Amino acid sequence: MTLTEKLLEGTGGWLDDRFHGAKGFRTLFRKIFPDHWTFLLGEIALYSFIILLLTGTFLTLWFQPSMTEVVYHGSYTPLHGVRMSEAYASTLNISFDVRGGLLMRQIHHWAADLFVAAILVHMLRIFFTGAYRKPREVNWLIGIVMFTLALLEGLFGYSLPDDLLSGTGLRITEGVLLGIPIVGTYLSFFLFGGTFPGNVIIPRLYIIHVLLIPGLLLALISAHLFIMFWQKHTQMPSKGRTNTNVVGAPTYPYFMAKTGAFFFFTFAVLALASTFAQINPIWLYGPYTPVAISAGSQPDFYMGFLEGSLRIFPSWTWDIFGHTIAWNVLIPALLPLGLILTGAALWPFIEQWITGDRREHHVNDRPRNVPTRTAIGMATITFYGVLWLEGANDVIADHLNISLYLTTEIARYAIFIGPAVAYFVTKRICLGLQRKDLHLLEHGVETGIIRQLPSGEYIEETRPVDEDGRAVLEARRPPPALPGGPDAADEEVPPRAMRGGLGRVRERLNEVLTESVPLDGHGNGYGGHGNGHGDGHPAEPAAIPSGEAAGDGSGDDQEDGQA
Amino acid sequence: MSNPSAPDGPPDEPADAPAAPHRVIGTPPPAQARTLLGDGTGDGTGDGARPAPRDLPADPQNLRQAKTAERIVAALFILSTLASIGFIAAYVGLELNSVDSVLRSNLALGTSMSVAFLALAVGATIWVRHIMPNVELTEQRHPLASDPEAREAFAETFAEGAEASQFVKRPVLRRTLIAATVPLAVAPIVLLRDMGPLPGTTLRHTVWRKGMRLLKYGAYTPISPGEFSSPGGMITVVPDGYQDDPDALASATSIIIKFQPGLLQPPTVMNWTVDNIVCYSKICTHVGCPAALYEQTTHHILCPCHQSTFDAPRGATVLFGPAPRPLPQLPITTDAQGYLVAQSDFHEPVGPSYWERG
Repeated sequence: MTLTEKLLEGTGGWLDDRFHGAKGFRTLFRKIFPDHWTFLLGEIALYSFIILLLTGTFLTLWFQPSMTEVVYHGSYTPLHGVRMSEAYASTLNISFDVRGGLLMRQIHHWAADLFVAAILVHMLRIFFTGAYRKPREVNWLIGIVMFTLALLEGLFGYSLPDDLLSGTGLRITEGVLLGIPIVGTYLSFFLFGGTFPGNVIIPRLYIIHVLLIPGLLLALISAHLFIMFWQKHTQMPSKGRTNTNVVGAPTYPYFMAKTGAFFFFTFAVLALASTFAQINPIWLYGPYTPVAISAGSQPDFYMGFLEGSLRIFPSWTWDIFGHTIAWNVLIPALLPLGLILTGAALWPFIEQWITGDRREHHVNDRPRNVPTRTAIGMATITFYGVLWLEGANDVIADHLNISLYLTTEIARYAIFIGPAVAYFVTKRICLGLQRKDLHLLEHGVETGIIRQLPSGEYIEETRPVDEDGRAVLEARRPPPALPGGPDAADEEVPPRAMRGGLGRVRERLNEVLTESVPLDGHGNGYGGHGNGHGDGHPAEPAAIPSGEAAGDGSGDDQEDGQA
Repeated sequence: MSNPSAPDGPPDEPADAPAAPHRVIGTPPPAQARTLLGDGTGDGTGDGARPAPRDLPADPQNLRQAKTAERIVAALFILSTLASIGFIAAYVGLELNSVDSVLRSNLALGTSMSVAFLALAVGATIWVRHIMPNVELTEQRHPLASDPEAREAFAETFAEGAEASQFVKRPVLRRTLIAATVPLAVAPIVLLRDMGPLPGTTLRHTVWRKGMRLLKYGAYTPISPGEFSSPGGMITVVPDGYQDDPDALASATSIIIKFQPGLLQPPTVMNWTVDNIVCYSKICTHVGCPAALYEQTTHHILCPCHQSTFDAPRGATVLFGPAPRPLPQLPITTDAQGYLVAQSDFHEPVGPSYWERG
């Protein structure tokens, strides 16, 4: 027996003696992880978070969360003799006097951007594939909370170095707080310990940034992963994958090795970015002063949509009964984020109510197979995207050489028109792709081989879709019919849930949401409910009728005619 | 010397696991001959005592390819080792004493770190894909809902517990307990009261007072209207005595602009200007950024944060953007020495809207 074996045996025995773990560990080792590249998105978020913890801990060894004023005398000579807060001075110290400090600072910042970006894209994947459906609604909600926390965490971390940009971010935060009716001034005075900027905000944000929010995130990530583990991973449709199985590679050794490699990939990419792409060069901005600002300054990307939202909104305020209501701040600061997050949180339940689908779902949807959901998702992305672009409208106006005000005017229209256009275009594309899928199933794949028939006619040969392909193409399942829907039309009295105004709304929404190309026809004319088209068509052969293909005996894929 | 130890359970299941074709001395024995769990007593593990049926082949399907991959992976791991050693060498060897040295150090540390991680990542990936045998296993998934008996039993347990607790039967207890939680939840919020002073009327005032000099920001020198002869330019001014007080500056910072005679128009208050010099608050009325950009040709003041645009010669009225009000005008005059001073504080609150502003 080699030493390795002895160690392995010894460890296993030791663990089992103490934790009764033999069965549990075996199950753990053999747990199956399905493969799909989009499943890596959540892992990127997880690993960015771990890298944030590692680099963040390093930074705390030198960072001084203090607003006490000092005069700088470090290695960065251009700022010699400048008065600044200890927070800013210690950040300069980390950047210029601690070996590896600049690298760690930049990895920390890049990792923060990657963290939020990965969460965003991961959430889009979950949404577009319907992976949030029963039984995974709770994990979806946890994800939304984590996304919100990640935004806050990023904003607070960005504020800590007390440079000109980060202080301006805080100033905007103060302005937004002041705009909240009734309690706004109190919130602001309590947060800043008096008037802005005061001398307590950085230590306060620091403890929230390094302890409170990371702790919450850690707890929620644990819950998120445990629930994912307990309910088993979803899988994309393909051959052999059903709602009652999980197909993939086992945790040990495959998933462990893959995911370990992926951690290092993530770290390597962040290290590369931090080596060659400068981020947040705070020494160029200078220490914060409420007096100055630099033009063309941009927040981190994930704050861009809020910035754009503040820019786009008109200057509406009300002065009534001796009070001011700052709609110009209140609506843009709260509405878009509130709309998106609340909408996302409620969506799984809204969808369940509309479709009446209370089944468990473990095989994900291909986005095209639920056109309305996909269209809603694209409309949301467009809504977010317009705000995000508007957040950089000064840069855009500068590069495109157009008027700054024109970009804002365009955005004021685009915020309404864009999502509507995205909705309809996406829906058409999805329905088109569904028709394409049906066409492939019915007529096979074009091979590019042109053949002349004995009659002189030219035809293009097609090849039936192989089994793996069929499994994907046939994954679309018709949604369940609503009780009392047209499919149950023989019942005279509709069930209670479908009666009254709400019932009619539900029925109408159901029609919109389940709109798809009928599975049984050619899909001319869509609309979820039977159009009487299917009966007219006997099952067609899957490819060129083999009788003809066999005529000259050169067909590669001969198969029995199905007709 | 590395004979597979005899498993204590029944021998391998021959049906679905033919012995690995051949083994190289020194490599671990086939998996079916091993058990991770030493010589457990087997008690209490129930069916766990029998060895698991073989799921994973011991060797990759393509041994030749695996051999090549093995060499590549080993080379990558060696590369990673070297890069890590390089990282340590760069740390020790490159002292920081100037901006250039920081740049060099960052490049050396970052590159070696990236290579170390990348080589590990690529190596491990090739290992999984080409050296471990390809497998695809299927695991059954069972409905999450328990069977009706279990649910029933749980419901009963819950009901029994609720009954035993007397929570349902004794409404007085229930209600008083609920009543007790309400102030308990409020108490911690009350505890936060001392985080800051109450706003009061603080936001209505700045530190500007009658006779206080306007100092040029940066140089901190007083300004005499005659010397300030850059028509079209805008300079930032701060109240004398408060140039190092961020809290005061956050509201009191202002700008002065000198116009050609005749350009200033209402609603600019002419009595508050000196020699065609007008003074406005620099704090944007939107969310408080410094409105720091001045376009000389159009006389527009622009806030770079959200692009509110103010018409400087016409009382800084809003031309575009989300700001709801003009920048407040500071009444100025000159003192006995001929320097610009404030006539008083601003006549309205500066900065963003807030509930009590009215």
